[in-house]
Amino acid sequence: DIDDVGHKYYLELELEDVLDRGRSVSCTAEVLYHLGSTTSAPDVQVTVQGELRSTEEADKEFYNRIRSLEKELVAENIPDSHGNVPPELEPIHLLAWVASGYVIWQNSTENTKFHLAQVKHVKQVKRSDEDLQFDYVVLLHEMVSQEVLPWQVTVLWHPQRGARVSQ
Amino acid sequence: PGNMKLILIFSALIGASLCLETFVGHQVLRIKTKNEEEVKQLQLLESLEHLELDFWINPSAPALPVDVRIPAVSVQSVKAFLESQGIEYSILIEDLQDVLDKEKQDMAESAQRQRSSSFDFGAYHTLDDINKELDHLASEYSFVEKIQIGESYEKRPLYVLKFSTGGSNRPAIWLDAGIHSREWVTQASALWIANKIASDYGTDASITSLLDKMDLFLLPVANPDGFVYTHTSNRMWRKTRSKIPGSICVGVDPNRNWDAGFGGPGASNKPCSDSYHGPSANSEVEVKSVVDFIKNHGNFKAFLTLHSYSQLLMYPYGYKCTRPDDFAELESLGRAAANSIRSLYGTTFQVGTICKTIYQASGGSIDWSYDNGIKYSFAFELRDTGRYGFLLPANQIIPAAKETWLGLKKIMEHVRDKSS
Repeated sequence: DIDDVGHKYYLELELEDVLDRGRSVSCTAEVLYHLGSTTSAPDVQVTVQGELRSTEEADKEFYNRIRSLEKELVAENIPDSHGNVPPELEPIHLLAWVASGYVIWQNSTENTKFHLAQVKHVKQVKRSDEDLQFDYVVLLHEMVSQEVLPWQVTVLWHPQRGARVSQ
Repeated sequence: PGNMKLILIFSALIGASLCLETFVGHQVLRIKTKNEEEVKQLQLLESLEHLELDFWINPSAPALPVDVRIPAVSVQSVKAFLESQGIEYSILIEDLQDVLDKEKQDMAESAQRQRSSSFDFGAYHTLDDINKELDHLASEYSFVEKIQIGESYEKRPLYVLKFSTGGSNRPAIWLDAGIHSREWVTQASALWIANKIASDYGTDASITSLLDKMDLFLLPVANPDGFVYTHTSNRMWRKTRSKIPGSICVGVDPNRNWDAGFGGPGASNKPCSDSYHGPSANSEVEVKSVVDFIKNHGNFKAFLTLHSYSQLLMYPYGYKCTRPDDFAELESLGRAAANSIRSLYGTTFQVGTICKTIYQASGGSIDWSYDNGIKYSFAFELRDTGRYGFLLPANQIIPAAKETWLGLKKIMEHVRDKSS
């Protein structure tokens, strides 16, 4: 408890690489929920102790594949009702996780617990610069209220520059 | 001996088809030699080809037993020989043909079961297909009966599988799944579990003793209207599909609708909310049907319900954050069940009261059952912890069902032991 400011949490976390099970990295984090505020996102500081796996090869391959598409990519229901994700859409799914993370961070309070439930819709938007742009509609499941609500989020991505949420 | 048996069966089958050889009256003896002298005697016996002795374990050293199959005609003379030499033996198999006949019968029955069970438990199914499988299980097993305990809002039957090997109103266990329709792994697991119990009765000691003492009632699809809706319109639908007077929104959260702290914290009074408790307790026919059934039965000892996701094993209370009177026993049993679950694939379930473990939630089913005298009330949240959430890939259905079953079994065994 920090008087007149809010509640601060100190966390020790273990990051597991979803694509490389058995490989984990330790992190520490500090999260400050502002007093009484439901409009501002919590402050978050993270320190990663160790190295994250290099994804340069896979990043380049994905980037080139999407850039070379004649028609803009469009997809829906990732995963589908039965939990399936076609392999070529897996990176789109993972990028949605990143985008959701941003939305979740912006909307979290001490009384919420969000998970990405499904990518309802995704549409690629071709750009004149070097970024890839994806306009997502993601469904976020909030555990306490049990609501599953759609959120629109636009993500820009580039192999070197990483992911940025615009909007 | 394993291979021996296989060779024997093979020859028996060939023999049967060529009308050559049966093993009627053949005996298998186990001979315990005390010294080298006796081993030599047996080796002498071995050399007498006209006896047609078939050594499954040949005489070699005094410390090792000797197993031998003796054709019917030679049984008496071989025994006489052994006795005259003071060589000890015991009868492993009295009549080999009996054993072979039984084995053939078992294999035929198993193949028959294999052929007729074409239901893929490792896939998600429609309501119609699930109902067909319930019919199939009821027709295949004499102690399994499909009963209807009511109708949903949209008039779909609420089917319960009754597992009963006899008696009259035996102490009973309740198990339901799919009360929240989007939690697809629960209906799917319930089907696997139903099949598991039915097919293991008579062979698995634990299930057999359980069903010999108690009845089991399993409701695999507690919210059929919602379930159909998840197939046809909205995969994320949770509630019932009842029309709410004065609202354009549809449906009530059936796990906020029970008469236990109804309307209290942890449920919404807004019809459009996914945790809307409904206009009044038991307003939902899906809930009322179960309440009436359990009250009329009057002899339920356990109430177990499956949800997903989060990997939790919870007991009352949800509507208040105080411990139930039986806290110590329920906590201990819950831990034991969670350990059983973990023993299979390492999947960890957290154990505790609903309020402490997940959130305060009023009008929940296990709070109602507990406050109505059913001590062993537990709610499971199955796989996973959020990676796929409600959209759990079908290839995880059977692993989830298997590990969950171990937890349920642990609880049921305890209930059985306490009920007798």
